[in-house]
Amino acid sequence: MLRSWIRSAVVLLVAAMLAAACGSDDQPSAGSSTSTEIKVFAAASLTAAFNELGPQFTAANGGTKVIFNFAGSQALATQIQQGAPADVFASADTTNMDKVKDLVGTPQVFASNQLQIVVEKGNPKGVKGLDDLASGELMVVVPAPEVPAGRYAQQALDQAGIIVKPVSQEDNVKEVVTKVGLGEADAGIVYTTDVTAGGDTVDGVDIPADQNVTATYPIATVKASSNQAKAQAFMDLVLSSQGQQVLESYGFLPPPTS
Amino acid sequence: MTGTARRRRRRAATARAGPPILLVVPAVLAVGFLAIPLLGLLGQTPWRNLAAELATPKVQTALRLSLVCSLGAVAISILLGVPLAFLLARVEFPGRNLVRALTTLPMVLPPVVGGVALLLAFGRRGLAGQWLDRAFGITLPFTTAGAILAEAFVAMPFLVITTEAGLRAMDRRFEDAATTLGAGRWTTFRRVTLPLIAPSLGAGVALCWARALGEFGATITFAGNLPGTTQTMPLAVYLALENDLQAAIALSLVLLVVSLAVLIGLRDRWFPTA
Repeated sequence: MLRSWIRSAVVLLVAAMLAAACGSDDQPSAGSSTSTEIKVFAAASLTAAFNELGPQFTAANGGTKVIFNFAGSQALATQIQQGAPADVFASADTTNMDKVKDLVGTPQVFASNQLQIVVEKGNPKGVKGLDDLASGELMVVVPAPEVPAGRYAQQALDQAGIIVKPVSQEDNVKEVVTKVGLGEADAGIVYTTDVTAGGDTVDGVDIPADQNVTATYPIATVKASSNQAKAQAFMDLVLSSQGQQVLESYGFLPPPTS
Repeated sequence: MTGTARRRRRRAATARAGPPILLVVPAVLAVGFLAIPLLGLLGQTPWRNLAAELATPKVQTALRLSLVCSLGAVAISILLGVPLAFLLARVEFPGRNLVRALTTLPMVLPPVVGGVALLLAFGRRGLAGQWLDRAFGITLPFTTAGAILAEAFVAMPFLVITTEAGLRAMDRRFEDAATTLGAGRWTTFRRVTLPLIAPSLGAGVALCWARALGEFGATITFAGNLPGTTQTMPLAVYLALENDLQAAIALSLVLLVVSLAVLIGLRDRWFPTA
């Protein structure tokens, strides 16, 4: 009986997967002409903003589609090194852009991001700053030191001379926001844009400039791209006032003026 | 043994005809597909500093925690899962099939989904968790107990279904004979049932333990990731991949060796002719 149950479950699963696979045939097939689409490899934190820019680019460029590959900048840099077919690369830090500097054109910084303390909606614990995270009374989650956001968070805490004992080092910033939004943790350190993207489950508490860390986002065209003109056009859109406005609406700051 | 004889005869017949090419080609592809990733891992292994990599405090901590958590998950699974297997195998009750389906659900459920479900159930604000928090001051997320719970959730079904299968396959007349001869329920269980289902139970425990040891999705989602508290081996591998490939490979190799050891331990059960 168990076996027949498992068998029917497996049949159902396979059927569902097949249906899902067939349903997604609106995606352009691998063989279709590449001149009508460009592939943009972008840091995961850019997801919402770039998804809004995509249709704007298509409308302004005779229907050229933008296909996004959102992932951690580190993973994207590795993919480009391994010859993945990217036309544009937008990284969340200069470190990963530097890794592929021989493979891309001149990078330009198009946005910056800062850290914020994420708390539950309404800030029930009354968190005012980084000092409160060290009290030991709050359950604090931070991004893991292995990912860029975690490095920045550690840098900010070091600058402020604060020692925080987190209950967890989450593998990405979105997880930090989720844990705080669910009320499982009291506070976390993430990018300002993640607090904006967290919607109405979380609020942000500002970290003063002298304790904060600024992450800069560079963008570049990929040399191996067969569609340099369109790649450049996308980069221009991101750098234009139109693109900057979209980024700002998602909480990004303009490039640092230095 | 007629089974062995039949097998031998069948093998002889196959040898005479030669294996059909239609089977050989996909079979070889399958073996390659399964084996090449392992070769990739072995090929990249930093053999020279492997010992040093494995001796780092980070790796040692993760290893120790993985042992504690996986053994804890096995203990919970035995305590709760074996009685459940008995009920499923021996007692007719309404909704038994539903219970069995529920029991096996974590085997097909993506572990991350399991982790989210655990969070919504046993989290500080969860269905049962808020009660635990209020009544006993117990919070499970971000604790080693939470990691054990996550592993048990995913691994227990393996023990339950293996044990149940063993109980169903067993000849109950031995138990009847023992009872007729005056043995009590406990004596019958200890002296007759347990030895008869020992192979299934052993296989179930091994599978359950291996699954618990490899658990990733439910653990990181429900228990979080903190070295020494909830960062088990698979979590350490995943995070090491972000910035230290060598350490990730060394950790992966440990998990690979453990998995192989379990397979070798079970070989008599799964490959009786080997």
